[in-house]
Amino acid sequence: MTFPLLSIIVFTPITFGVLLLFFPAENHRAIRVTALIGATIALGASVFAYFSYDQAAAGYQFIEKVPWIPTFGISYHVGVDGMNLPLVLLTGVVMFTGVLISWGIDDRPRDFFAFLFILATGVFGVFASLDLFQLFFFYEIAVFPMYLLIAIWGWKVTREYAAMKLTLYLFVGSVIALIGGLAMYFAAGMNSFDMLELESAGFSTVFQKIWFPFVFFGFAVLGGIFPVHNWSPDGHVAAPTAVSMFHAGVLMKLGAFASLRVGIMLLPEGAKFWAPLILALATVNVVYGAFIASVQTDFKYVIGFSSVSHMGLVLLGFATLNLDGMTGAGIQMFSHGVMTALFFAVVGMVYDRAHTREIPRLGGFAKLMPLVAVAFIIGGLVSMGMPGFSGFIAEFPIFMGLWQTQPIVAIIAAISIVITAGYIMRVVGRVFFGELPAEFEGKITPINNLDRLALVVLAAILILIGVYPSIMAPLVESGAEAVLALVGGA
Amino acid sequence: MAFLQEHILSLILFSPVAGALLVFLVPGDRVRSIRWVAFLASLVPLGLSLWLWFAFDPGMQGYQFVEQAIWYEAINSSYHLGVDGISVPMVLLTTLLTPLAILISWSVEQNVRTYMMLFLMLATGMLGVFMSLDLLLFFVFWEVGLIPMYFLINQWGSENREYASFKFLIYTMAGSLGLLLAIQLIGVAAGTFDLITITQQWSTLSQPLTMLGLPITLSIATVKKIAFWAFVVAFAIKVPVWPFHTWLPDAHTEAPTAGSMILAGVLLKLGAYGFLRLILPLYPVEAKFYAGVLALLATLAIVLGAFAAWGQDDFKRLVAYSSVNHMGFVVLGIAAAAFAQATPLVADGVIAVNGAVLQMFNHGLSAAGMFLLVGVVYDRAHTRDLNKLGGLFPLAPMYGGILIFTAMASLGLPGLNGFVSEFLVVRGAWPVFSFYTALSMLGLLITGAYILKGIAKVLHGPLNEEWVGHEMEINRREILAMAPLMVLMLFIGVWPKWILSVINETVLRLFG
Amino acid sequence: MSFSNFEPATILAILPEILLLGLAIIILLVDLLFKRSEKSFLGWLTAIGLTVILVVTLAYSRPTGEDPLILGGMLRHDWPAYTFNIVLIFAAAITAILSVGIPEIADRGEYFALLVVATMGMNLMAASADLVMLFLAIETTSIPLYILAGFLKGDNKSTESGLKYFLFGAVTSAVMLYGFSLLYGLTGETNIYRLAEAMRVGELSPLLLGGTALLVLVGFAFKISAAPFHFWSPDVYEGAPTPITAFISTASKAAGFAVLIRFMLAVFPAIEAEWTWILAIMATLTMTIGNILALAQTNIKRLLAYSSVAHAGYALIGLVALSTLGTASVVFYLATYILTNLAAFAVVIVFARAAGSEEIANYAGLSRRSPYLSLAFLIAMLSLGGMPPLVGFVAKFYVFAAAVQSGWIWLAFVGVLNAIIGLYYYLTVLKVVYLYRSEEDDNLIPVPRSYAFALALCSLAIILIGTLSAPWFNWAMNAAQSLF
Repeated sequence: MTFPLLSIIVFTPITFGVLLLFFPAENHRAIRVTALIGATIALGASVFAYFSYDQAAAGYQFIEKVPWIPTFGISYHVGVDGMNLPLVLLTGVVMFTGVLISWGIDDRPRDFFAFLFILATGVFGVFASLDLFQLFFFYEIAVFPMYLLIAIWGWKVTREYAAMKLTLYLFVGSVIALIGGLAMYFAAGMNSFDMLELESAGFSTVFQKIWFPFVFFGFAVLGGIFPVHNWSPDGHVAAPTAVSMFHAGVLMKLGAFASLRVGIMLLPEGAKFWAPLILALATVNVVYGAFIASVQTDFKYVIGFSSVSHMGLVLLGFATLNLDGMTGAGIQMFSHGVMTALFFAVVGMVYDRAHTREIPRLGGFAKLMPLVAVAFIIGGLVSMGMPGFSGFIAEFPIFMGLWQTQPIVAIIAAISIVITAGYIMRVVGRVFFGELPAEFEGKITPINNLDRLALVVLAAILILIGVYPSIMAPLVESGAEAVLALVGGA
Repeated sequence: MAFLQEHILSLILFSPVAGALLVFLVPGDRVRSIRWVAFLASLVPLGLSLWLWFAFDPGMQGYQFVEQAIWYEAINSSYHLGVDGISVPMVLLTTLLTPLAILISWSVEQNVRTYMMLFLMLATGMLGVFMSLDLLLFFVFWEVGLIPMYFLINQWGSENREYASFKFLIYTMAGSLGLLLAIQLIGVAAGTFDLITITQQWSTLSQPLTMLGLPITLSIATVKKIAFWAFVVAFAIKVPVWPFHTWLPDAHTEAPTAGSMILAGVLLKLGAYGFLRLILPLYPVEAKFYAGVLALLATLAIVLGAFAAWGQDDFKRLVAYSSVNHMGFVVLGIAAAAFAQATPLVADGVIAVNGAVLQMFNHGLSAAGMFLLVGVVYDRAHTRDLNKLGGLFPLAPMYGGILIFTAMASLGLPGLNGFVSEFLVVRGAWPVFSFYTALSMLGLLITGAYILKGIAKVLHGPLNEEWVGHEMEINRREILAMAPLMVLMLFIGVWPKWILSVINETVLRLFG
Repeated sequence: MSFSNFEPATILAILPEILLLGLAIIILLVDLLFKRSEKSFLGWLTAIGLTVILVVTLAYSRPTGEDPLILGGMLRHDWPAYTFNIVLIFAAAITAILSVGIPEIADRGEYFALLVVATMGMNLMAASADLVMLFLAIETTSIPLYILAGFLKGDNKSTESGLKYFLFGAVTSAVMLYGFSLLYGLTGETNIYRLAEAMRVGELSPLLLGGTALLVLVGFAFKISAAPFHFWSPDVYEGAPTPITAFISTASKAAGFAVLIRFMLAVFPAIEAEWTWILAIMATLTMTIGNILALAQTNIKRLLAYSSVAHAGYALIGLVALSTLGTASVVFYLATYILTNLAAFAVVIVFARAAGSEEIANYAGLSRRSPYLSLAFLIAMLSLGGMPPLVGFVAKFYVFAAAVQSGWIWLAFVGVLNAIIGLYYYLTVLKVVYLYRSEEDDNLIPVPRSYAFALALCSLAIILIGTLSAPWFNWAMNAAQSLF
């Protein structure tokens, strides 16, 4: 029995979440500090896992396997490889910064952090899962706290609608995928939900072609694939800051990752058959998302739609089914996660002070909150795929992969880069520069040190990967190789 | 010393960034310290590149001071630096102009710390382009230079800065996009981004690109062709070649003085450098095929640029259009060389490229100087309208002298640097494109016209009474900034061999 | 099979029923001994008595490997019966606890006695192997329930509830009895296992058998409130005393399923193809109607009534699968459903006692008035909605797994789509609880100790069985296997 590192990562949040429930509700300070301790432990453990992963050996590591429901061949089985380890780290980072950013929540903070941590456990659990049932189990755990978090602490105008829309969309997707998972289980006839075993089940081509869309698109709903992306901008906008960070930063990766892990890796023939459709839809995501983002006047909607656009790139990377594209998609999941967390953190800080997110009504915030402005600009540059930042490191291989499969898509998708540059710079110019509207004169308080810490951590990660991609790229590449070994070259 | 020998390029490349961090550590309200720290920090790369200049051995084959380190293994890209005779002058030019530009930015009052940091980062971006021997890295630095420039214009520019900066951004981003796609295609086709490897394998690449699941394949010839056009567009926008130049006058006009200096002095060279470094070696055939078109565009840039400059009433716009005009000569030289490759005219081509590279350097000096001087008068008069200036010579004799000297260098007066390079270009291009060269020489006449117009409107003519009593004279700091430029202008004009010898060896190897 | 076979083992087999009867008598006796004002402990007495019976049953009444048919073939003492016995007694115990402190009920000995007698009837239903016994068991269950539903004599709604329940029950019982008599007439047997044998041997017209099956099915469908025989449930649920609503919606339904499972698996394999389709359609209708009507409800008890209709539909899916896994999934589903629904009703009772309302709108601000009560409600509702790590998720998982295994993929899809509708209205309720505020936000809701105990027990069980379902499901598998 080795040290159960992954279990510690997975269950730390929920343990602290439950612990929080026993605190007196009024003791906000103790609650927050405890939450921060929990988040720090989870972050520390995931950083430790990230750096102690043996890249030379590759493959799944830190494996733990305990029978869970033996009748069905279901086990609690966790392990990480190059594809999901960065996502575990991402979750740790977003959770930690999310707690920092949420320091100011005054309405029932105990419940807030408890739900947030249950959500975090769900997310960690999905990323670490090597068992199909377990993956669904944690996937659903991740979905429902989202509802309450948005509905209770969200933006008053749209929260009810957005929360319900989000939950139902995601639930529909996941249960449809669940049926697909069951079909795989019975078709394999191995009495095992273990994905490593199912990988070698040898499903017939016809079976794969039939079931792939259910599984892939079921999960891809959470990845924000067109035309079922609609929940995501609404959800982002309605959610409170930390939840938006989680939501766009981590949850969308959950969908993308699961559609890779279950869809592409278990049904590779199906993936090959359906790849053109995914390419087409994801291209729409990329370009359409960018266009829509560029006409928004609500600050948060801009970011929300930009997520749709960027997640399209992830799906494009998957659909290339080649090493470059997969590697890029893997890095993009991490990079976009951190970037979008940074974005939403910034939006939250601006909104908390200005009480509006209408871009035309904002302006001049760089003078009052220089660090926030710099953070946003860094996020923007990442978003534009500017070299020197992680976005470039991620997008470049995706495009390389696209050239090898579908150059037209590469060219069309590349248009989005210019559009992105346009809207990001527009937002930067309007919100952070220009004249500070008179109504905000003297009303804008500076951000506190916790906020600063959160921004600096996120921005530093984006730059670090951009400048020194070797800290992540070889790892993800090894994961992508494992995926391709299943898909069979290409 | 060995360390210096092995890592000189990295040191030059990253010392500005280190300087930027240092600036960041100075409290934001201690403006004076910030300026000095930034200035002193910018002297470090200058010193190092002077060392580089003297340590550089023109006679040696290939790239020197090569460094290579793991960077982005997953897609076979590495941190690979090296310089040859074309890039060394550019490195020197960049490191020279940076401290001068910082010196001239003493008048910036607002957000000095950010300004200085951006400036230093800008230097790193430009230096990286000149040093990269890896296509991906090349692109990285290409883009890194863009963003600080955008903010410099957007934040410290004059009235119309929003529009100008946005236009600058979109134009160059669109260009970069082409570059990006081209680099990706080449990377996919060659399986590496290493420029040296690619150059060696280039002609033997034959594996067509297959599209997954589709019976279509992209032949390697098509790949090359797509990449070629993407490169051309990207570099042409940056140079800028007519008709891709429209972002330039706006950007120049609105940028702060130091920004304009760097923009005209170095950024424009990136495009020309791209032509020399990538297009000509990789695409001799295509380059030759389209050389005529390129020469035509260059001629148009020279002639129309000159006419446009003549027509301006804004001093800064005038200088901006003069950049279009002067960069036209660079392109003309490149076009001539492209055409002359593997023909009996090859010797003329080499002369033309020598001229083009030297013109890049020279224009860097003179354009930076001109913008600096425009900045000086704008700083005092708060207008750049030529009709409102006039007769300033008596008020500012020193300034007048410097302006005339610099303008003459820009004009191509024999004995000053501009003459040498333009002469070389024209001499080299004449046997290749006689007609275009002849037209360009007509353009030179117009050049004379607009330069003289500028001088006349500013220095001579009736004195606008408004300026009497104002301090119009150039100050010592500004003279200090101008001095190295003027010395070099004269020095190259009189004795160009010191720099041409460096350029020529490399050019001979590449194109001879 | 004469009485000469009567052995101690037989006593052990029917020990739970005997003890239940004894408990009912004790309760009545105790009831006589105390003054009305002193009888509030009756609920606890019942609960403790039931718990003791539960322990005894677990310890001594485990089925042996011998011939399960006992008492001349009247009962079949096997794993399914045993499993249901335990679940039903547990449900009754929780119901007894929930009845503590409720005015008009808590101090009435006959109430608890009837409850225990109904439980005994249900136990017999689960074990019945003979048509006569089955009918008797069903009536033993139903008649006390009719009375219990109308127990609040002063309350018109309760009276209406009792009467309605009685009328519907009587009609469907009659139809079912008619079906029984036809079966007897066709085969000359009353024991359902021999009856099945006779049907296999004798070449009876499938149409005739199908028709007969339908008649019998009516009776069962009434018990499990499957569409289209669900009409009684909302009115009865709304009007009956809430603990009884909880009891009817859980235990009574489970007992109905126990009968249905045994009967269908034993009697109708001969006409399998037809009746599985009928059940599949019935499942679809039940789920869909239940869920869609639940959407429009404003009263929490009515909402839970329709939701319980829908849950009968999900459970039917497992039955349709007609496999060991399917049967096991139904057993598991019912057990967990009982647990969850009891928790939900417990919250409803607590709230109604404190706030005097059963309208969903009045739940606004509950999360501020009592965070822990809200949490329990959250757990119960999300478990009903099928969210992990709660038990409702695994239960649905097994049911859908069974459907997919047997090739009923469309039915599985119907199931998941229904689950989404279900989730919607559960979330709507939770939204009111957590999101909305009311003027009485500061008015805390006290949770009596008995309820706190019941809620904590159920909530913990919901989570624990949800996360560690393996042993429980194995039990269900065990039970299912002995039916094949």
